[in-house]
Amino acid sequence: MKQFVSFVKKEFHHILRDKRTLFILLGMPIVQILIFGFALTNEVKNSQIAIFDQSNDVATQALRSELNASRYFDVVKDIHSYPEIEAAFKRGTIKLAVVFPENFANDLDHFNTAQVQLIADASDPNVANTLTNYATAIILDYQDRITNSRRLPYTINTEMRMLYNPQLKGAYSFVPGVMAMVLMLVCTLMTAITIVREKELGTMEIMLVSPMQPFKIVVAKAVPYLLLSIVNITSILLLSVFVLDVPVNGSLLLLILESILFTLTCLAFGLLISTKTDSQQTAMFIALTGMFLPTIMLSGFMFPIENMPLPLRVISNIVPAKWYYYIVKEVMIKGLGITAVWKETLILVGMLLFLLVLSIRNFKIRLA
Amino acid sequence: MASVVANNLTKQYGKKKDLVQALKGVSFEVEKGELFGIIGPDGAGKTSLFRILTTLLLPDGGAASVDGLDVVKDFKAIRQRVGYMPGRFSLYQDLTIEENLEFFATIFNTTIQENYDLIKDIYSQIEPFKDRRAGKLSGGMKQKLALSCALIHKPSVLFLDEPTTGVDAVSRKEFWEMLRSLKEQGITILVSTPYMDEASLCDRVALIQNGTILSVNTPDGVIASYKHPLVAVKDDNMLQLLNLLQQYEGGLDAYPFGEYHHVVLKDGYTTASVTTYLQEQQLDHVNVHSIRADIEDCFIALMKTESHEHK
Repeated sequence: MKQFVSFVKKEFHHILRDKRTLFILLGMPIVQILIFGFALTNEVKNSQIAIFDQSNDVATQALRSELNASRYFDVVKDIHSYPEIEAAFKRGTIKLAVVFPENFANDLDHFNTAQVQLIADASDPNVANTLTNYATAIILDYQDRITNSRRLPYTINTEMRMLYNPQLKGAYSFVPGVMAMVLMLVCTLMTAITIVREKELGTMEIMLVSPMQPFKIVVAKAVPYLLLSIVNITSILLLSVFVLDVPVNGSLLLLILESILFTLTCLAFGLLISTKTDSQQTAMFIALTGMFLPTIMLSGFMFPIENMPLPLRVISNIVPAKWYYYIVKEVMIKGLGITAVWKETLILVGMLLFLLVLSIRNFKIRLA
Repeated sequence: MASVVANNLTKQYGKKKDLVQALKGVSFEVEKGELFGIIGPDGAGKTSLFRILTTLLLPDGGAASVDGLDVVKDFKAIRQRVGYMPGRFSLYQDLTIEENLEFFATIFNTTIQENYDLIKDIYSQIEPFKDRRAGKLSGGMKQKLALSCALIHKPSVLFLDEPTTGVDAVSRKEFWEMLRSLKEQGITILVSTPYMDEASLCDRVALIQNGTILSVNTPDGVIASYKHPLVAVKDDNMLQLLNLLQQYEGGLDAYPFGEYHHVVLKDGYTTASVTTYLQEQQLDHVNVHSIRADIEDCFIALMKTESHEHK
């Protein structure tokens, strides 16, 4: 036991003395949460639009101020001809152009119908889609108000409720994603590297010719990173609750326990990598391609898994982050308990055991 | 009882195409409390041999034991009792001297205080710098620290793989003095080195080349086994001289040796016959004198015979 404690102490010395790495390890989650929270977001806000108003009447004026008042749009430009629209798009100054034909209000009043054209920059199809949807919604809203007096014979009213995330905030989905990513990075990458480093430096050679059991060496290496991960989980949760207003709806204890389970799975994976590689570069490369990329692409955090072709959907099942991401969403955002995530938890436990057994069996008690 | 026994050890690396035979049937015995040198050029198989004896590698054939324990079966027990210092400096560079020593003491279930006597002579030299990180030490200091760490658990057998490679002459001398005093404490020491001049400092030496042991003997025994007359020759133009000497019919071998060329003579030839030969070649004032072979001459001779037998 004294051996073990001494080894863990030594590992902490390594980590604490490498100030740069420590800074990255502890700073990374904070920076990521802040970047995802404030800079990188797929919510559309304050898009610059132009209006080509050939009618310039009561109705178009009203619509224009409605558009401008919404938080999605900023009217930055008035346009007076079609070629100007094209030019503005090419310059990239606007994302959407709204064209009112002549006699807009007149047509609306007398023929009960009028047309408005929305031209969007579809070089980014998602944004173009979102923008035209928002604009259409605002225009329909205006139409509803003016037809209120004149009752239509049949109407169907759609009533929408966005559950768990009524404000449709992106933070609700990326906080779990960032948690998965950070834990993965710290645990898998760092454990793999730290063990391989001992091989590279030759200290593993001495450690092997010592009474310390190889298994203890490995566990002792993992302990500091487990603690570091708990610090990271705490800082991510604090930031998301107090800075991004993402609440922890479910049990905090369950959330932390699940995070520790995921951390252990990542540690076991890092361990497995370290048993198979002899240089830090290889270890880093394998950890990044084998764990980091799948975590980003196949966990459902960036791209919805449901939309993927079957082979990718099948592969996504072996990515631990997919299950962890799901669990965090259920527990943190939906506020569900263990009854809702026991299956996913079992899968993670299974993965942990599998990786652990595999890496212990692969751990070399000799040099070759 | 012999402390270390190697019996026909073989080890090879690589697959069929680029197969390297690192050890080709190595056998020797080291007595308890002996300072045993394994001497040979780079690539001779020294490190492979040490790794097999320290249980880090499995031999492909043959058997070996340390303290009567089999290196394959009883590897755990061997790891409890040997000290090992690999060729490369292998301590934690970001820990201080004291932290390194303390760490290794704990790993081997002991404390610095318990065995301080053993390492006192060595450690006291670096103790003034105990708060300095190991990565910032000079070569000689690193080596003293590594030796202290390998000794801290009072091993019964100490394996030192090329401890003096890359260390300055003064530190090398100091290091060998330390080994002699460790030997007094009854520790069996196996040390490998590519420097032949260090052979005379061992109790017995094994000369290894291309994975084969050429001879195991005491340094004096090695010298005594040298049978041919040997002369040292010196002139202004050493290169021309060497060419001439290598063509000399009475010579078995001629090679540069420090500021002289050494010429191994066939039986019956003497210093005088060399002088006569050189005078015939219009070299009149050459310094030629007979010398006693030292250990390096013996090894050069042994290596030559070995490689001739292979051809």
